[in-house]
Amino acid sequence: MKVLVTAKRVVDPDVKVKLDGSGNLDLSNVEYKLNPFDEYGVEEAVKLKEAGKADEVIVVSVGTSDSQKEIRTALAMGADRGILVEVDEDEDLDPLTIAKLINGVVQREEPQLILLGKLAVDAENNQVGQMLGALTGFGQGTFAYRLDIEDGYAIVGREVDGGTADVKVALPAIVTADLRLNEPRYASLPGIMKAKKKPLDVLTPDDLDVEVDAQVRVVGYELPPERAAGVIVADVDELIEKLRNEAKVIG
Amino acid sequence: MGTILVVAEHLEGELKKVTLPTIGFAQKAAAINGDEVVGVVIGSGIAGVAGEMAKHGVSRVIAVDAPEYANYLAESWTPALSKLASDLDASIVCAAASTTGKDFLPRLAADLDAGMVSDVIDVYDDEDEGLSYKRPIWAGNLIAKVTSDSDVTVVSVRTTNFEAPAEGGAAAVENTSPGTGASPNTEFVAFQQVKSDRPALTDADAVVSGGRGLKAAESFGMLEELADKLGAAVGASRAAVDSGYAPNDWQVGQTGKIVAPNLYIAIAISGAIQHLAGMKGSKTIVAINKDPEAPIFQVADYGLVADAFQAVPELNSKL
Ligand SMILES: Cc1cc2nc3c(=O)[nH]c(=O)nc-3n(C[C@H](O)[C@H](O)[C@H](O)COP(=O)(O)OP(=O)(O)OC[C@H]3O[C@@H](n4cnc5c(N)ncnc54)[C@H](O)[C@@H]3O)c2cc1C
Ligand SMILES: Nc1ncnc2c1ncn2[C@@H]1O[C@H](COP(=O)(O)O)[C@@H](O)[C@H]1O
Repeated sequence: MKVLVTAKRVVDPDVKVKLDGSGNLDLSNVEYKLNPFDEYGVEEAVKLKEAGKADEVIVVSVGTSDSQKEIRTALAMGADRGILVEVDEDEDLDPLTIAKLINGVVQREEPQLILLGKLAVDAENNQVGQMLGALTGFGQGTFAYRLDIEDGYAIVGREVDGGTADVKVALPAIVTADLRLNEPRYASLPGIMKAKKKPLDVLTPDDLDVEVDAQVRVVGYELPPERAAGVIVADVDELIEKLRNEAKVIG
Repeated sequence: MGTILVVAEHLEGELKKVTLPTIGFAQKAAAINGDEVVGVVIGSGIAGVAGEMAKHGVSRVIAVDAPEYANYLAESWTPALSKLASDLDASIVCAAASTTGKDFLPRLAADLDAGMVSDVIDVYDDEDEGLSYKRPIWAGNLIAKVTSDSDVTVVSVRTTNFEAPAEGGAAAVENTSPGTGASPNTEFVAFQQVKSDRPALTDADAVVSGGRGLKAAESFGMLEELADKLGAAVGASRAAVDSGYAPNDWQVGQTGKIVAPNLYIAIAISGAIQHLAGMKGSKTIVAINKDPEAPIFQVADYGLVADAFQAVPELNSKL
């Protein structure tokens, strides 16, 4: 079984992104890394390979040539080869365009399983996997905390509001990883050395016959409302008094 | 005139509360583009749900009632909604940004070749772009103003940011069958519901949340006692969930539940941005933490620097 996993380059989730004087994103001096949810996807794919259920794990990223770094991270974790769908820095991408580009790769590679993160922590769209579902016509198991591959099916345990839900998706299937699907490994030093020699192909949207034309556009940014500074209370009695008489949130 | 379709969420024959502020969003959008707000209910045996939705700010309700929709699946809802969206000339199709909405809406958007805007917290009339949306990004550090160029736009609504419409009237319910049938690839197996007598996290008026500082599942007992005294739901940080102190379903934050109760009490939670993303909209925030430098104090209205193992039992005995 061939498995395709996605790897998005995102601003380090622990960085507080700021706006510059003219209200644009100030991305100078920020660090980038592999989207945390994609680490779960890569880990799961590598585990399937180790278990003998997958023969090959292909990592795909859509981005500028800088995204090669995140592909290498996934290769260092154990994926076999990488594909970068390279776009220009100033190209506007929306999730549907990204899904179409990944679909282009799916049509070429014909994987049986496509693993994505449930969410990219930068723009927080939570869309690409499900969109790929519609574009490919494959079934989807989103927000997976458990995945078993059996007899041509992906059995997916999903984290949903109010509990968990299980679905059985015929392969080829799309699965998006939630936290708790596994514990992503750190790339080992030998892994990092090996990753440097693994193949990494670069394709363009033209190669995939996909027109890059974002329908959803960001027109500006604003800062969220600041919360006014609160007070430190001396003890439990003062806390109860404040909640009762000032905030009036308890009886 | 076009339509704004609001897709209802329901469970066991009950309309879920998150549907109502979703209608509130649709009304706000309709005030800008002049479209008609139409409810959509998909399921099996859903006349009651449709009737309930009809009382809440929609001009009519379309019920898609057939056995193949008995169990929710994105794969069966998508073609049905796609057909409705084109038949009804929809400008917007929206649902709550719940795990259900987040599951089917993007699939629907791609099926319609439409743009999708996730986690919308406001809709407004932009002077250059017309109808546009606001949504938080980067764990709520920034708000993006977003517009969509497609004929129909798919929207998931962050329901804590919109008001439920007033109850009243009874719009007509129309039954229809889009004839798209069941999902060919995916089979529903089971839903394991976490049953609780406490209010649901996303509906509760008050939430008591615990973090890794509680060090054991047993320590959540004193939080549950506090929650019961306050009629509150119990939440947790991701670290507490990952450590096995609390069930997954309790996680509050960027990747858990988004809550905005009147009162949020964070106990032994440091206040990482991913946690704040899920509770910053609460009206009154209380933090109890033994570390005076914990970032949670920066968003707390009332901070108590104390050991939770002393403060919480004391609160319980004095409330
Ligand atoms: C992609 C991604 C998504 C994430 N999503 C979420 C999410 O949705 N929700 C979420 O919560 N986190 C999320 N996180 C994790 C987040 O970054 C933090 O790691 C997490 O919130 C920390 O949980 P905590 O505050 O319970 O633990 P810690 O940071 O370990 O804090 C424990 C706190 O307890 C205090 N304490 C210890 N003992 C006591 C005591 N006896 N009495 C009082 N106080 C005490 C300590 O002073 C400390 O402040 C996410 C992280 C990533 C990378
Ligand atoms: N530019 C990209 N390149 C590769 N994968 C991506 C890209 N954008 C999103 N994805 C994948 O889609 C998932 C969901 O992303 P999103 O819908 O943007 O929140 C992510 O976890 C990634 O696995």
